[in-house]
Amino acid sequence: MKEDIHTPVPSIEEEEYHINMGPQHPSTHGVLRLVVSLQGEIVKGLKPHCGYIHRGIEKMCEKDTYPQIIHLTDRMDYLSTHINNHALCLLVENALQIEVPERVKYIRTIMDELCRIQSHQLWWASFGMDLGGLTCFFYGLRDREKILDIWEETTGARFLQSYYTPGGLMQDIHPDFQKHVKEFLKYFKKKIRDYEKILSGNVIFLERSRNIGLMTKEEAINYGVTGPSGRGSGFSCDVRKHHPYALYDKVEFKEILYQEGDTLARYKVRMDEMYESMHIIEQLIDNIPEGDYTAKMKAVIKLPAGEYYQRVETARGDLGLYCISDGNKTPYRLKFRTPSFSNLSVLDHISREFKIADLVAIGGSLDLVIPDIDR
Amino acid sequence: MNLEKLKERILTLVPEAELEENKQFLTFFIPAGKLHAMALRLKEDEDTAFDYLFCQSGADMGKYIMVVYHLESTKLGHAIVLKVKTEDRQNPAFDTICDIWRTAEFHEREIFDLFGIRFNNHPDLRRLLLDENWVGYPLRKDYQDEVNIVEL
Amino acid sequence: MKEKDFRDNETLKSFKKTGRGILLTTIDDVIDWGRSNSIWPLTFATSCCGIEMMATGAPRYDFARFGIEVYRASPRQADVIVVAGTIVNKMAPVLKRLYDEMAEPKYVIAMGACAVSGGPFFYNCYHVVRGVDHIIPVDVYVPGCPPRPEALLYGVMQLQRKIKLATYPDQIKILKI
Repeated sequence: MKEDIHTPVPSIEEEEYHINMGPQHPSTHGVLRLVVSLQGEIVKGLKPHCGYIHRGIEKMCEKDTYPQIIHLTDRMDYLSTHINNHALCLLVENALQIEVPERVKYIRTIMDELCRIQSHQLWWASFGMDLGGLTCFFYGLRDREKILDIWEETTGARFLQSYYTPGGLMQDIHPDFQKHVKEFLKYFKKKIRDYEKILSGNVIFLERSRNIGLMTKEEAINYGVTGPSGRGSGFSCDVRKHHPYALYDKVEFKEILYQEGDTLARYKVRMDEMYESMHIIEQLIDNIPEGDYTAKMKAVIKLPAGEYYQRVETARGDLGLYCISDGNKTPYRLKFRTPSFSNLSVLDHISREFKIADLVAIGGSLDLVIPDIDR
Repeated sequence: MNLEKLKERILTLVPEAELEENKQFLTFFIPAGKLHAMALRLKEDEDTAFDYLFCQSGADMGKYIMVVYHLESTKLGHAIVLKVKTEDRQNPAFDTICDIWRTAEFHEREIFDLFGIRFNNHPDLRRLLLDENWVGYPLRKDYQDEVNIVEL
Repeated sequence: MKEKDFRDNETLKSFKKTGRGILLTTIDDVIDWGRSNSIWPLTFATSCCGIEMMATGAPRYDFARFGIEVYRASPRQADVIVVAGTIVNKMAPVLKRLYDEMAEPKYVIAMGACAVSGGPFFYNCYHVVRGVDHIIPVDVYVPGCPPRPEALLYGVMQLQRKIKLATYPDQIKILKI
């Protein structure tokens, strides 16, 4: 007897199930494990599991002297190496009330802004790649190599340089430094228009990022989301404007704020920040004064007993160094308040009710660097 | 708001706070039992309006264990430091403030992981960075670990 | 690169099998040549060395011309795992599981000082595995913190020479030990 092909299929209950975006995954940008609970394709919640790159840097700092800790700050958020070093140097210099020469301040500001451009180039490269546009990866990394060449000429290393030291710099800049930086600025101004053409105007990209991952300003403040991710929601948190250090109170630059709070706003903040960084470098590159490249420091650095807090603006947000010193040459307790740690805590909240493919776009727009979370 | 007025306003809101010597921020010690109520008052009052908790850290000072809160107001621009301490090293416990500032959820989990300080009423207090079955609290000063640590 | 420019040719000669069968020698050579010139790695980057590995794949140093054409996300499809970055106690079981899931023949390159021996995190650290060869057998060590892209390419070339020397059944025997 033929079966009746029109009998209805019994209804299948849709249940929530959990999938594991494990530590080894092409688009988590590091070793982050997300246990996502899904109903169909809609994300109902997610739990991040960190600690897969927890190296115990804070415990190691209690046994290292201050110049040795510079090398550890490099390896924490490895895309803002100079800015992390700058934080520790400022902590020591403000605690001992040492005034660094003007030349040092100029060079540090220029290197910091080059670091910021380089970090945003790598972010753009991997963000485009995650959304499927592999061309972005090649364009972004090709242009980033030019900045690495400038650094290699002056400091000797492409990556993880440990160039700053409490009191100044390890050594003076190369004589061709200014010429190469100006050439880079001319080159990159043309190339960044290519970036806009490839991704910013692309219909697929706009559909995948408009109104995805919405975060209001109150949520950004409550969760402590700083940096370009917070400024995309209208939270004015740029440490360079509110608590200026180095030469940021003497150069003219805008703090980029967008109010929409979606992935596209966070993307636009970072693209505009690249323009602003180039503008800052242009104001400073021709006016580097002559002078020493380091102030006179004692051989052994001992901070007076007490508590110190130093904030800087890395490419990801507000980095804070909290140091309790008891007068020895090593800190008693050194805590790093890293921006990616707080930025991760908001991922659960803003990805609810979106599809799992959008989760990749949201995670990419928050620009998480996992060793920054785990330290 | 200048510092003197801020100090007076805080002492009116939280009378049990004790001032501490610090050159950088106004620092107050708060009794552990009153932490939650006072933090809520500091956030909701319009003259202080501390809506941004930018750092929460634990510290093992030998005799006592303390938790340090760095608060800032995004509207008014001032910042203070609050501290709570306990001498109980076996089972230190404080109230959670993650219902006031959501960023504290992750920070308190990390402090529990590395120092062993429990937070009452925390929605999900479990280890964050280390493995679930790790024994001991590494950032305490009396942490010994012959297996893992190679001393220099 | 010419053979005399490579270092450590003696160890490589000791891998060479003696007394191979006459009939299948040429086919073995062709198979080894093919396998060594198309090693596909697994996407595995833990920390800073991962960025230098990405830079090696970028247009300037381009390791696609060495045969590393694409990165495979699934361990089943990958030939080599380049351990780039620090391995910590929590990540170690995951790495072991990934290595076990890879299909034979498989190779390991330990890239960077952290993977070779613990690197800058050797002393005073409670959570770092001091060298990835505590967990999985390593074929090539590439030191540096981080190693330059040229150093990683040199490591890949050494691995290619190692693959060319041993024949397929022999390698299975060595790996089974």
